[in-house]
Amino acid sequence: MTLAAGVEGSSPVLNITIFGLFVVVTLFVVFRASRNTKTASDYYAAGRAFTGPQNGVAIAGDYLSAASFLGIAGAIAVYGYDGFLYSIGFLVAWLVALLLVAELLRNTGKFTMGDVLAFRMKQRPVRAAAATSTLAVSFFYLLAQMAGAGGLVALLLGIESKAGQAVIIVIVGIIMIAYVLIGGMKGTTWVQIIKAALLIVGALAMTLWVLGMYGFNLSALLQGAVDKAGKAGEALLGPGNQYGKTGTTKLDFLSLGIALVLGTAGLPHVLMRFYTVPTAKEARRSVVWAIGLIGVFYLFTLVLGYGAGALVGADKIKAAPGGVNSAAPLLALELGGPILLGLIAAIAFATILAVVAGLTITASASFAHDVYANVIKKGKASPASEVKVARITALVIGAVAILGGILANGQNIAFLVALAFAVAASANLPTILYSLFWKRFNTQGALWSIYGGLAVCIVLIVFSPAVSGKPVDAKTGKSASMIQGVDFHWFPLDNPGIVSIPVAFFLGWLGTVLSKEHNQKKYAEMEVRSLTGAGAEKAVAH
Amino acid sequence: MSTETNAPSPPETDWDKAHDSAEFKELRARLRRFVFPVSALFLLWYLLYVLLADYAHGFMSTKLVGNITVGLVFGLLQFVSTFVITGLYVRYANKKLDPIAEKIRTDIESETK
Repeated sequence: MTLAAGVEGSSPVLNITIFGLFVVVTLFVVFRASRNTKTASDYYAAGRAFTGPQNGVAIAGDYLSAASFLGIAGAIAVYGYDGFLYSIGFLVAWLVALLLVAELLRNTGKFTMGDVLAFRMKQRPVRAAAATSTLAVSFFYLLAQMAGAGGLVALLLGIESKAGQAVIIVIVGIIMIAYVLIGGMKGTTWVQIIKAALLIVGALAMTLWVLGMYGFNLSALLQGAVDKAGKAGEALLGPGNQYGKTGTTKLDFLSLGIALVLGTAGLPHVLMRFYTVPTAKEARRSVVWAIGLIGVFYLFTLVLGYGAGALVGADKIKAAPGGVNSAAPLLALELGGPILLGLIAAIAFATILAVVAGLTITASASFAHDVYANVIKKGKASPASEVKVARITALVIGAVAILGGILANGQNIAFLVALAFAVAASANLPTILYSLFWKRFNTQGALWSIYGGLAVCIVLIVFSPAVSGKPVDAKTGKSASMIQGVDFHWFPLDNPGIVSIPVAFFLGWLGTVLSKEHNQKKYAEMEVRSLTGAGAEKAVAH
Repeated sequence: MSTETNAPSPPETDWDKAHDSAEFKELRARLRRFVFPVSALFLLWYLLYVLLADYAHGFMSTKLVGNITVGLVFGLLQFVSTFVITGLYVRYANKKLDPIAEKIRTDIESETK
């Protein structure tokens, strides 16, 4: 098989046509949605006019990134049970959002995470800190998605040269910027809803197809995967293939597990989605819908992963351009030929596009609303100028994403996403929880927790084996680390969460008790507002 | 400009009074009585699962029926518990939290009009 042809049996023209159709349809929807986008509330929060179920589907569209779809299915196909562990962490994490964060956040904030933190604290320093961590998380997440776009191109369009892939990354970036600039939050939300529907229906169809081939007997499907893998097959059924080798990798997995379950409720693009509904009750309904859809989707990926292992085989997957990430597309090709492959490929592209658009609008809102309007203009910016700044910021972030995507092309997607989760769980979650539930919490505690959590997390990553110092693979002649040929790591784990998350909680507590600041009046107001929804931001009536 | 309603929070709103009312204390107690223990429970249950998958490979690879292993059942039970907790919380919130929250909200917002 020649690499230049992409996946054997794939038709690049067909793939591009189906993807082009998706772009045309969604751009049309975005244009229609944009007609009512006028105020800041329209631009950032879609006028708070989406219903719970609509927002729930959009959350699923925002959350199920290419890493979940391609990454998890591929990990299950190649490593078996260990790939399944990711989906469980990603799903259970939603209970943190449902029980502790979503409704209270909806009631106390306006557009961003900074709104909630700044409620009873000194506005400017806290908003600056919240914007810093929002931008950091969004940046890592963006990099992961854009790097994924490059790999996907290699796989599906047969574009092997780095320059050709760079051109595609630029095109993806420009379409995404168009969605955000034209449609604001409303347009972006519709793109996410369409994409989520396509993704879930596509995965459902493939799941039924695979199960049908094994007489709807899961055990028989597993047997198929075991047989195909030869003598290593039996190990696919139990844990340990990917993470179980040494004490360090086991600890690493524990650290990853903690970051996954605590990261979701601190992801700024997830938090911002709660502002697009009119009430806390609708926020609750949206999480319920999201949990249902995301849970069902991860059950599909379990079947798809083992199905790819059984029908395509781990060796063929690993040898394909795109490696482990190519399991789901190869399975589609095996099942339905080039047309199904084209559909699944288009859905995977749409996934990247929708997630990137969601991240961009979140990051631009955080900069315009927290930094520009409240830190620089001290709350005196007109809403029109704020939206203008948000649009310019979206352009800048889009450019950064394109550039970063070209540079990060070829980096490990799952690692970058895990990084974003670790930063979110360390820098954001402790402050959000303290802020909502702890009477005594104050400005110094928030600043120590955000900056401390962020700094510890990033320092540990920089000095982890993920960045430098992994042994060189004899076959490829390359180290699995990001930087080749040097070794400056001293932290033994790839995942920093097991250290950085407790440290961030501790710093939040320490900073608080060492400062005398305490605003009882504001806390009383915040608590009443957060629990009852009194005085919460209402939906815009058009 | 469209008609955006600003949050009604003129200075005369007596948040302290609302905060000290018996009704509000009851609402807060009801919320915390549910979300704190349940959060602790599902986090421990998840941690148990991660630790077993991480350190008890033999146990998790034990086959129950056909190729269905203990680990697979444990993993699927995490899905089940997530769905069940979601359902229980929604029922609890609809019955025990929403009515009282709505009453307090209506009282506050009618006072400030």
